[in-house]
Amino acid sequence: MLERYVATEEMLVAGAPVAAHWIADRQSGPLLLRFGTEEQRLEFLPRIASGECYFCIGMSEPDSGSDLASIRTRAEKVEGGFRLNGRKVWTSHAHRSDYAITICRTSPADGDRHAGLSQFIVDLKAKGVTIRPIPNLAGNLDFNEVTFDDVFLPENRLVGKEGAGWQQVTSELAFERSGPERFVSTFRLLVEFARRIGANPDPRAAEALGRFTAHLWTLRRMSLSIAGMLQAGEMPNLEAALVKDLGNAFEREIPELVRLLAPRGSRGGGNDRFEETLAEAVLHAPSFTLRGGTREILRGIIARGLGLR
Amino acid sequence: MTESLVSETAERLFADLATPKVVTAAEAGTWPEELWTAVTEAGFLDALGGEGSGALDSLGDAVDVLRAAGRHAVPLPIAETILARWLAGRAGLAPPDGPLALAVDGPEDRVELRRTGADWQLSGAARRVPWGRNARGVVVSTDAAVALVAPVSPEKPQGKNLAGEPRDDVTLDVRLEARSVADAPAGAGASAVYRLGALFRAAQMAGALEEALQLAVTYAGDRVQFGRPIGKFQAIQQQLAIAAEQVAAAGVAVASAVAAAGAGDLAFAAASAKLRVGEAAGKVCDIVHQVHGAIGFTHEHRLHQLTRRLWSWRDEFGVESAWALELGRLMASQGADGIWPFLAQR
Repeated sequence: MLERYVATEEMLVAGAPVAAHWIADRQSGPLLLRFGTEEQRLEFLPRIASGECYFCIGMSEPDSGSDLASIRTRAEKVEGGFRLNGRKVWTSHAHRSDYAITICRTSPADGDRHAGLSQFIVDLKAKGVTIRPIPNLAGNLDFNEVTFDDVFLPENRLVGKEGAGWQQVTSELAFERSGPERFVSTFRLLVEFARRIGANPDPRAAEALGRFTAHLWTLRRMSLSIAGMLQAGEMPNLEAALVKDLGNAFEREIPELVRLLAPRGSRGGGNDRFEETLAEAVLHAPSFTLRGGTREILRGIIARGLGLR
Repeated sequence: MTESLVSETAERLFADLATPKVVTAAEAGTWPEELWTAVTEAGFLDALGGEGSGALDSLGDAVDVLRAAGRHAVPLPIAETILARWLAGRAGLAPPDGPLALAVDGPEDRVELRRTGADWQLSGAARRVPWGRNARGVVVSTDAAVALVAPVSPEKPQGKNLAGEPRDDVTLDVRLEARSVADAPAGAGASAVYRLGALFRAAQMAGALEEALQLAVTYAGDRVQFGRPIGKFQAIQQQLAIAAEQVAAAGVAVASAVAAAGAGDLAFAAASAKLRVGEAAGKVCDIVHQVHGAIGFTHEHRLHQLTRRLWSWRDEFGVESAWALELGRLMASQGADGIWPFLAQR
């Protein structure tokens, strides 16, 4: 866990292209380690570790975002396995991935809406899977709509226990929400800001740089302490929600402040690293507080931790 | 996180003796003698180590005591006395028993120690010295030296901070015998002492923040409007969640600064912690008062014993912007590509 933390953090802050392999390494691998069968582990983990096998996560649907338990994608029992029907959206990198860990209904929600959900490893090259990229506001193709039309799932692709999907998904959340990717999304902009203001910045710019540094140091210490808890086998979901919400606010604040404080030169033309990085940060900022749990949902989790709900 | 023994002992002592009534009386001018005696007998004043102690081995204990003191709005110069006793002790000077004041040459005050023949001339002034009027002595810290000065009478009128804690201006123009002055111990020049002061205030604030949040959460569970506890409304839940995030960040910043100081990097960590905790204080005070409504604005309710201290303490030992400027200049001097390597080691 901590070794992975060090390696991935260094890649992120260097701006390395890590997206394709990210989910498999962060989440799907640990999920299979925890709940997978020996056969699944042997089949997937070595390929994930060697970077040959990419995963995405099929959770949200057209009518189910924050309210994940309301999903309608369903898998029915058939001879030798299950038949999958439904639709997932906002599935990041599905168009580049080999498999999707997909959560779906395997039995109706009678009374307990968290019951009857299951997770499957879905082969995205299987018959009946259609992947349609959805361009985002920046014009990039990152997320997708994934349609399942009578997709056959062999029995051995069920992850963990049938009907235990909700508990299993919940156990992934601390992995999903506590890492450095939740507060360093705009770190490259901070670096370009420092480059732009130089070694002798004016006091206002220096103050902003110093303040961001203190916040980043604190967030990193919080995040590292969660990595330590995960390493020890704990499930710090509440702490992870705290880090993600604070971290997202931090990475959103960087573009909002540096745009006011940096000397601004060229506009529109290329070859200005600061302006390019700023534009990228401004355009992607809205996604930070949506992906992996909206800030409102995170704050709801924290409020529950405080005993308010 | 496991609570230390020191932390538990301090928590119990303050819960028993630093009651809201005692705090109110102290703010009205009554020195809380029973509380002070208990603090002294518990050994808290030497939490950082006194005479002959080493570097900062027990910084964690001192911070635990101060965090608990902050939780209970303890109206005593514990932080100042711990720091003064540690500094004097390390310098080989024997401080008197009782509360001590500290005068640090630095961003807030100018004090100078000059050799004149066999003696020393101390000159300068210290403003807003905590409990200056009660102090049995003043420990002076400059980059090169430490001096022990007899009690000084504060200038009139005597002052106080927003929480009614004594803050007195003192003039330091005294001739001192050589035995009252010593070289500054390694790693304990004025700049390090000022940073320890900042970390101590941050620790007090971290404790006060925890308690203020707890009061607000409890109140939100008790207060009924529109037929249910106000804590059942999302608007209140989301605000308290934000406050909880700030309180958590404050706690981690202080704990991390203790760890960093142990690794010999007090300067960066103390500055960062004071900045981060100070910022949390502003946000949390805003939210906990809003949640409490009008009752929290009364003198009768205890909330202000915490929030008035938070508003005061965030302005002492460097406001957020002062530390931000210093940290910003430090980071700028690393060069843009040096920022991450610098942070990754901390």
